[in-house]
Amino acid sequence: MMNDLRDKFPIGMRVLAVDDDRTCLKILEKLLLKCQYHVTTAQNAITALNLLRENKNNFDLVISNVHMPDMDGFKLLELVGLEMDLPVIMFSANDDPKMVLKGINHGACDYLLKPVILKEVQTIWQHVIRKKKTSKRSNHDAANSDSGNGIDSAVTGSSDQNERPSSSRKRKEKNEDDDEENEDDHDNDDPTAQKKARVVWTPALHRKFVAAVNQLGIDKAVPKKILDLMNVEKLTRENVASHLQKYRLYLKRISEGENQQANMAALLGSSSDTSYSGMTSLGGSTQFHNNHYKSFASNGSMSSIFNTPANVNMHGFSSSGTPLLNHTHNNQLKFQSAMTRDNLNDVLKMPISSAGLDQLLHSKGITVSTNIQTMTNKFPDYYKPKVTMSCTNNAFILESNPQEKQVAEGYKNLASQNSQYLPSLENRRCNDIWSNTMQLPGTNSYLPREGFGHGSASHKDNRNAAMPHTDAHEFCNNVPFQGWDNNHNNHDASYHSSHVVGSSIGSMIPAVNAVEPEENLDYSYCDSLQMKRDRTTELTEGSSFNPHQAYMMNNQMKFQNSGISNNPGSLEDAVRDMIKQKQLYANLSGGTM
Amino acid sequence: MEVGQMQRQWMGYMKSLFMEGFLDGQFLQLQQLQDENNPEFVVEVVSLFFEDSERILKDLSFAVDQQSVDFKKIDAHVHQFKGSSASIGAQRVKNACIAFRNFCEEQNIDACRSCLQQVKQEYIHVKNKLETLLRLEQQIVAAGGSIPMMEWN
Repeated sequence: MMNDLRDKFPIGMRVLAVDDDRTCLKILEKLLLKCQYHVTTAQNAITALNLLRENKNNFDLVISNVHMPDMDGFKLLELVGLEMDLPVIMFSANDDPKMVLKGINHGACDYLLKPVILKEVQTIWQHVIRKKKTSKRSNHDAANSDSGNGIDSAVTGSSDQNERPSSSRKRKEKNEDDDEENEDDHDNDDPTAQKKARVVWTPALHRKFVAAVNQLGIDKAVPKKILDLMNVEKLTRENVASHLQKYRLYLKRISEGENQQANMAALLGSSSDTSYSGMTSLGGSTQFHNNHYKSFASNGSMSSIFNTPANVNMHGFSSSGTPLLNHTHNNQLKFQSAMTRDNLNDVLKMPISSAGLDQLLHSKGITVSTNIQTMTNKFPDYYKPKVTMSCTNNAFILESNPQEKQVAEGYKNLASQNSQYLPSLENRRCNDIWSNTMQLPGTNSYLPREGFGHGSASHKDNRNAAMPHTDAHEFCNNVPFQGWDNNHNNHDASYHSSHVVGSSIGSMIPAVNAVEPEENLDYSYCDSLQMKRDRTTELTEGSSFNPHQAYMMNNQMKFQNSGISNNPGSLEDAVRDMIKQKQLYANLSGGTM
Repeated sequence: MEVGQMQRQWMGYMKSLFMEGFLDGQFLQLQQLQDENNPEFVVEVVSLFFEDSERILKDLSFAVDQQSVDFKKIDAHVHQFKGSSASIGAQRVKNACIAFRNFCEEQNIDACRSCLQQVKQEYIHVKNKLETLLRLEQQIVAAGGSIPMMEWN
């Protein structure tokens, strides 16, 4: 259906509008019609869900009120993301940042404030495109990849550019023939990686999983039976078991409801879905874009986004460093469960000390042109790039045992040395923090500096050049942290980041380096996502890396990093800090580090 | 009265409604959304607003009169009312709702009751104004004229 209208997109985009308030619904409908979208309205969430379930392909986008009598809008958001993988926009008369944050966590692509105005509605189509771009890339099941492709090229010239390099990189990395579909359930065996088959829990795979669990009944769902029902080649009972464990934790987390702390924790700990590192704008209209947020089960499970993501996830992390240190293994599990659905194996993105990383890279014949340490020395204290440490990515850790310790040590060192540069933990998902690569200028291999200004293509190239096959470059997160302001772009960026983080290994926290033009983020995002998916090395439960260790290290880093704010504080404090940081950052740099 | 005169009267009335804060820019957006495809749009939306509002106010009255007051429920109603009044541009009603919600949070039942009265009053005011305005519009259209487009800064 989209194909017919492709040329005229976004005309004819099919929107499902949900609001129990008839007045608002009518106005919204008219606004959407004015934009020449095709509109279907529903007055409650159940009706909306039924419409969607009848035929998922009937709609391109869902826009829904948060507060509805029969079902919480956030719940609808999650379900839509989980089941249909459609972009969802939330709106509400409530501009409370907590609500916006919740939207993000549940995976909303965007969060509008009532009264909704025409201008806001005119641009919502972008979420559909973004989502298609990501879906196309990451989901070989995606039915709309064709139209997405066409639209992409029509709309953004660079999208193709982005895809190609990542495809080639993928191929190089994985010796695979299928390009965009890096999300293949079966494509786990990276010849260069360690022996263990890694399972990528793509949204599609997870859907199968959830369907199987639901069929069996959550109480009776045992890994063996789930495995049989899922009927996926090469999936082992162990894979299912660990995933099930995470899923159970996730369910538990959801049912425990959300409180501020939980939100923060999820924000910090969850990488999947869309936890955005607490990017919300304080007051005012909050728009964020969660483009790729793939909903997965998380509260935010990716909806998309952002959403928003939203938008989104709570994981055991709290915003303060101290409590984290006290966390037990339990938290670590939660943390893991918070992992992106796509990549539940992305456990900990730990920062890598430049030394450790260098060594690793050198051992692989890769030269890192810039020493991260140097980088940090260059900048004055107040100029703290929000660099996310390069996710150590299990790849590093897993690749060679002897290097594990080294890397781990490296992390510790880096953490302590660079704690001041670490992003405020309060507002970031742990994964995000760790997974992002250090966005340090000069590190050709990593920093997608170009990403800021030039889109991911360039940074991809960099990465390719510098690191042919390691995962390190994948972390070159090029989604800069856009800050908290109400700027649409900013949210977009952050959203993108978070999305990337969530979906991939969960950590690509956008470096708060620059204010990047929206389009770039988009590309970056896609790239990162692409990269992430390319990574075949996920940390499986049985990997040699000790997640707990990493977790503790993670925590330590976080703790050290409470430079931004020593008190876990409230969300507002964290957000304020972030804004301050961002402002400082923005003042200092024009965009690229 | 001839069309031109009616139109001027309408414009004067609109201006006063804006000046006095009864309506805000959202209402203008509604006016602008009305087109040949949907010439009765504003009337339809306003009618829906009246219907829903009356229902909400009834529910609210019922809720505050309870022995044991459910503030969450009251807050939910007020929240919805705030949303619809904001969407239609009924500024004073919206503001009254905002105040009402604050007292709900404080769980101050007396203040809530008086807020409810306020909200009701504002609603009745704006209802009258809107009905007058729409009647004027009907007359203009019936006389073969068109409703002027207003820009509000």
